[in-house]
Amino acid sequence: MTAASLRDFVADTPTGEDSPLDAVSSALSQTFAVRQEPGAAGSGTHRWTWLDTFDWRLYKAGLTLQFEQARRGGRLVLSKADGTPQAEQPVTRWPRRPGLAEDLPPGPVRDRILVLTSPRALLPIVKAVSTVTVTRLLNADGKTVARLVMDHVTVTAPTGNTAADTTAELPPRLSVAEVRGYPGQARKAADLLAGVPGIAHASQSRFIAALTALGRHPADYTSGVEAEITATMPAPVAVARLLLRLLDTLELNVPGVLRDIDTEFLHDLRVAVRRTRSAIKLLGGVLPAGLAEHFKAEFKWLGDMTTPLRDLDVQLLGFDALTGQLVAASPADLEPLRAFLAFRRAREFRRLAAALRGPRFRAITDDWRKALLEIRDVDGPRRRRPTAAALALSTTGRSFRRIAAQGAAITLDSPPESLHDLRKRAKELRYLLEFFAPLHDQVAYRKVLSDLKQLQDCLGEFQDSEVQRHEIGDLADAMMAERAAPAATLLAMGEIAAKLALSQAEARAEFAARFARFAGPAGRERVRVLLEGRS
Amino acid sequence: MKIFATYNIKGGVGKTTAAVNLAYLSAADGCRTLLWDLDPQGAASFLFRIKPRVKGGGKALIRGTKALDDAIKGTDFDHLDLLPADFTYRNMDLLLGAAGADKKSTRKLAQLLRPLAAEYDHVFLDCPPSISLVSENVMHAADVLLVPLIPTTLSVRTLDQLTEFVAGFTGRRPQVWAFFSMVDRRKKLHLQITKNLTTERSGVAAAAIPALSMIERMSVERAPITAFAPNSAAARAYRALWSEVQQDPKP
Repeated sequence: MTAASLRDFVADTPTGEDSPLDAVSSALSQTFAVRQEPGAAGSGTHRWTWLDTFDWRLYKAGLTLQFEQARRGGRLVLSKADGTPQAEQPVTRWPRRPGLAEDLPPGPVRDRILVLTSPRALLPIVKAVSTVTVTRLLNADGKTVARLVMDHVTVTAPTGNTAADTTAELPPRLSVAEVRGYPGQARKAADLLAGVPGIAHASQSRFIAALTALGRHPADYTSGVEAEITATMPAPVAVARLLLRLLDTLELNVPGVLRDIDTEFLHDLRVAVRRTRSAIKLLGGVLPAGLAEHFKAEFKWLGDMTTPLRDLDVQLLGFDALTGQLVAASPADLEPLRAFLAFRRAREFRRLAAALRGPRFRAITDDWRKALLEIRDVDGPRRRRPTAAALALSTTGRSFRRIAAQGAAITLDSPPESLHDLRKRAKELRYLLEFFAPLHDQVAYRKVLSDLKQLQDCLGEFQDSEVQRHEIGDLADAMMAERAAPAATLLAMGEIAAKLALSQAEARAEFAARFARFAGPAGRERVRVLLEGRS
Repeated sequence: MKIFATYNIKGGVGKTTAAVNLAYLSAADGCRTLLWDLDPQGAASFLFRIKPRVKGGGKALIRGTKALDDAIKGTDFDHLDLLPADFTYRNMDLLLGAAGADKKSTRKLAQLLRPLAAEYDHVFLDCPPSISLVSENVMHAADVLLVPLIPTTLSVRTLDQLTEFVAGFTGRRPQVWAFFSMVDRRKKLHLQITKNLTTERSGVAAAAIPALSMIERMSVERAPITAFAPNSAAARAYRALWSEVQQDPKP
């Protein structure tokens, strides 16, 4: 709640005979009369929950959100990391399930966090119960000139499973609250506190202190690769580390998918699977014989299992944007389609959840981890193997040359499949760049990545438009078959399909320029500098 | 921001005790409240244990070289702040007179209070007993003029004069709420005047503050009676008065 400032302190031992808290009162008594103030504003028991998205979007934006529980309802308080209040709004209650910002009632907190957090849900990160006591510091006239606020906080990391919740007690926090018009007295009280052995200035905000006490770090989840690899590491060890990191990400997202908290758990899980498949395909040659072949098939199965649900998520997430483009038809005409998609989604969710709880999935993750750990820990440096740097150089160079050749062969008459295929190759190159990012010069890396992203955006727009157009057609057929399609809905769907065809044509027209930037002389030079360094 | 002022030309009629207790009750309701002790005797400041001193004195405040905001002190109570008295306030008439021509000099306090509008819901002005440029300023600044009356015939005359004076204002006029103070229930005349006036005349509050030694204890306890003896008869009377003066008087 309050920011760590020069008037905030922590006691290094919580309680007991030698607690520095006993010395605080006698130190302050040198200058002030010290009186307990039962029932003072802010005293008593307080409960709150810090909220953030799974990927820490609020924390990364320098914000802290807490739901403060009151006897009836509560309020959401948004602050900067230093405790400066930003916005607050009452909420009747915080649902037991994590909720989306868009489901909050209208208010200033919702307005501030909606775009930032969407489409991720707000999860309880840490629950806190604090007992606050207030002591008045009086001058010779018996006037309160400062207050000492003492706060004992117990924090819990919610896991969704009450039995497994971990709890920690924070060192007591003391802060000197200034009374208006008496700044000198508050300074004096703070100086006296600072001189008490065992009392130190609070260096962390309460949120960070709570996470630390629970053994967590802020922003301890990222969907990025960020494997710990070095240039001189044997290639198999580097690849095993990389794949273990991807497996961690995959497994971290499974509970969120199963609880259907928000759509991005599945998205991150799928990205981890895709990266794993690409790594197996492009780098699997350095792994022991047979391993890559077996798991290639297993991860394909897993990826395929997740596709129908993700496709429906994408359609539902983009539904409002889609209806917003309608000119002739009304958005209401498409409501039967939304209901149809939601119905299908529920079915596909059950199917995927069963698979993720099933023995095949467990076998994949367990066996894969075991095999990778063996490679990472057993593979000694004495064996003659290529280094990670050599592997990065050969695979990235090969991938770039392949794209350059394939892209150059594409003309205006080429079939859509040629662009789809190029998109897959571009994605593989993107993954290779990300896998080996720690080994590259960062400036050169960012330049190549920027060119590649622009090409990928164009290819993505082209293919997504086509895929969605076909999906609209398939959905129309399915709705007709199930007699779930009024004529107005079908007409509106036709209009959407026409818009998608237009987007696809625009992307197709842009392709040549984007590709030229990526694979032309300047683009080639940027890739050469990346792989060989400046000459 | 709503400005209440306790005013009477006479001293010792319960202006300060009313200002202190009503300001406390306002703050206890959760309203951000400021009490400005304009009386150089500094009784309200004393009751809140705050030194009656403002750096630079009244001159700095009236001339604007010190913002009102910087002179404000927190009391021991939540939401309640005090702008202390200063002995130089005895010259406030002269300072206000120097503020400019007629209209400017009578509206100087209103102008000084304006920047506090975002910070406070209620402001209470505790006036010194007099009829002067200070009191005229207070009447122009106030939304509600709270006039304590001792139940005597002469007091009623004073109220008539005051009402007439305010009615002569051009433009904005404060609402006048008179209330009986120091009512001695043993005196027949007190009871009679209190009864007659509260029923016959608009703008006179039904709630009356009794003359009780408990109220005098405020100077010993140095706190509002509504804070240190909230269940006493006097505290109940102030609470009744506070709830009444927040409404418009009956026509």
